[in-house]
Amino acid sequence: MTVQEFLVLDLPAILTAMLACVACSLVGSFLLLRRQALLADAVSHVVLPGIVGAVLVTGALTGVAIMAGALVAALVAVAAIELLRVFGRLEAGAAMGTVFTTMFAVGVAMLEWSDVAGGYIDARHVLFGSLETVLWMSPGDLATVPRQIVTLAVVLAVLAGLCGCFHKELAVSTFDPALAALLGFRPRLVSIALVTATGAAAVAAFEAVGSILVVAMFVGPPCVARMLTDRLSLQVWISVLVAAVAATAGYVLAAFGPGLYGSTNSLNAAGTIAVTVGILQVVSMLFAPRYGALSATRRRQSSQSATR
Amino acid sequence: MEGTGLAELARILVLDAGYNTALVMAGSTVFGVAAGVIGCFTMLRRRSMISDAISHATLPGIALAFLCGLAVFGSGRNIVLLSTGAAATGVLGILAVHWIRERTRLGEDAAIGTVLSGFFGAGVVLMSHVQTLPAAGQAGLDGFLLGATATMTADEAVAITVASVLVMAATLALLRPFAAVCLDEHHASNLGLAVVTTDMVMTALLLLVVVTGLKTVGLILVIALVIIPPVTARFWTERLGVMLAISGLVGGGACYAGSAASAFWPDMPTGAVIVILAAMACAFSVAVAPVRGVVSRLVHARRFRRRVVLRQALLACSRGDRPDDDALRILRSAGLLGADAELTMRGHAKAAATASDWRLWELYLECYPERALATPEWGSRPIDEVLPADTVAELRARAGSG
Repeated sequence: MTVQEFLVLDLPAILTAMLACVACSLVGSFLLLRRQALLADAVSHVVLPGIVGAVLVTGALTGVAIMAGALVAALVAVAAIELLRVFGRLEAGAAMGTVFTTMFAVGVAMLEWSDVAGGYIDARHVLFGSLETVLWMSPGDLATVPRQIVTLAVVLAVLAGLCGCFHKELAVSTFDPALAALLGFRPRLVSIALVTATGAAAVAAFEAVGSILVVAMFVGPPCVARMLTDRLSLQVWISVLVAAVAATAGYVLAAFGPGLYGSTNSLNAAGTIAVTVGILQVVSMLFAPRYGALSATRRRQSSQSATR
Repeated sequence: MEGTGLAELARILVLDAGYNTALVMAGSTVFGVAAGVIGCFTMLRRRSMISDAISHATLPGIALAFLCGLAVFGSGRNIVLLSTGAAATGVLGILAVHWIRERTRLGEDAAIGTVLSGFFGAGVVLMSHVQTLPAAGQAGLDGFLLGATATMTADEAVAITVASVLVMAATLALLRPFAAVCLDEHHASNLGLAVVTTDMVMTALLLLVVVTGLKTVGLILVIALVIIPPVTARFWTERLGVMLAISGLVGGGACYAGSAASAFWPDMPTGAVIVILAAMACAFSVAVAPVRGVVSRLVHARRFRRRVVLRQALLACSRGDRPDDDALRILRSAGLLGADAELTMRGHAKAAATASDWRLWELYLECYPERALATPEWGSRPIDEVLPADTVAELRARAGSG
């Protein structure tokens, strides 16, 4: 591998993966604490018809149109879920499952029928991501920085800015919606903003990792952090760190792992990132100092022997 | 050209487009019915989203089974082998969700998200490895993602039919315990039912349905077939038997029409077509179902508002007050207001009747305050439509004497 190869192939892919993971885990922390982790699953599916629809309408693959289409789709989905819950008196899971599978199916059908953007996005990209296609054609030339990286950087900056400005509103409405309403923080507005943020992060990460594995980035790093800490700010920082580490490690595993058993092919990087996140989660669930399953067992045993 | 196309479609629909197509359609339809039936119990048990974790967790199993088959038999394309692999990792997924929920501080939503994405990620990695192999038959694996009935063989269709019939037979045989656990868990356990075992059997049947549907609908969308038909049925009925029938019908119908469409347009992902058809049935039900439907609710809410405003307007008239414009409009449309903006004869009679009705309601509140406060219709409807006749007669007697 030459330096040139690294700059053209690996660096942009690692950057994309890292930015996507960090953006998603930032939003994911709040979703997890609100017990709305499955909202990430639902939103990441429903952005598909939004993206395809935007490409069909505008005829081009531009960042702004895709973002707008996907956000509209996310808000439509949330409204439909609420409608089903209120009118059908359904549990949230059933309402969510109905809406997101339907919208995803519509997105897949639109993809097949319309041959969007000359097959630029097809079903494989949607399911498996296309991290390998993010290339920096002439390294050093900032004008040719891949579009995906620019979009992700902008989305991450906006999300981080919003989290910084409104951390008090987010924290209070997450832990105590009633108090938030009393303080005039408008918890409903915060919820809608969170859905929008989820949609934005999902779309930005969509091109890199597809619409299923995005769930790993929303849920995984925040879960690791949740096993390690009780403090909100620490939770956010740990999950961002875990996300960055998992993205890098996952990509390295995909690109260079097969070399270990003598293969020259590479594995799907989005998949290895999800697996890396999963492994970190298992480790944290078992060995977290305070809340890990093993340390809890050990504590129980030692307290039993102490009382004897 | 158009004519022959339609004739071909008609032949497909009446199962006359060749032995293979007929078998595939029959298998898909039976699967759809089975999914709709078991899905009702999953929904009533509030477990709908767990099927999302199960279905995604089958991907690594499919890929591993393919690799095993390749190593042992030289070919991995065997539906029984692939389904066994899918079921194996599906079980692991269920156990993982259960473990995370019970043994860590994370909730069920986080458990489902973790298992779904972790297992699917492992599956994606394995699939990307499979694709680099120079073996034949790996193209068939893609059908498991979004469904492809067009490439299904007769053996696969038979296997799907048998598994679906098994699931349906087991569900119908266990109808009573399932219904008891879904409707009232505590009552069921008081009756001596093993709730945990029943839940396990139910989850096992759900797993079987999900694995059966992989080839037809694909693992991404198979959960739609255990969620959308029951949701559709929920809008039409409160009775479990009727719900199972409607749900089975919607699931079976969507799969029948979807696999027919797929035989006609072989490039379409069958899963997406089936889910869209089921969703159309669902949207129709949400709109027009008699009691819970949106239209019926809006009409009901409008009628209720109109009735209450009309009563208040009549009461105001009987006291000699002037109702507001909105109320006047409703009075006029009910034919109780003349052209001179005064009550008609019928309007006066109605106002007097409403006023005396109102006095009875007030008397009821005075004599039986607790029962009155527990009556949601208090004061909003004529009293003899709400209370039993003897209570009304008693109130009348008191009003007459007092």
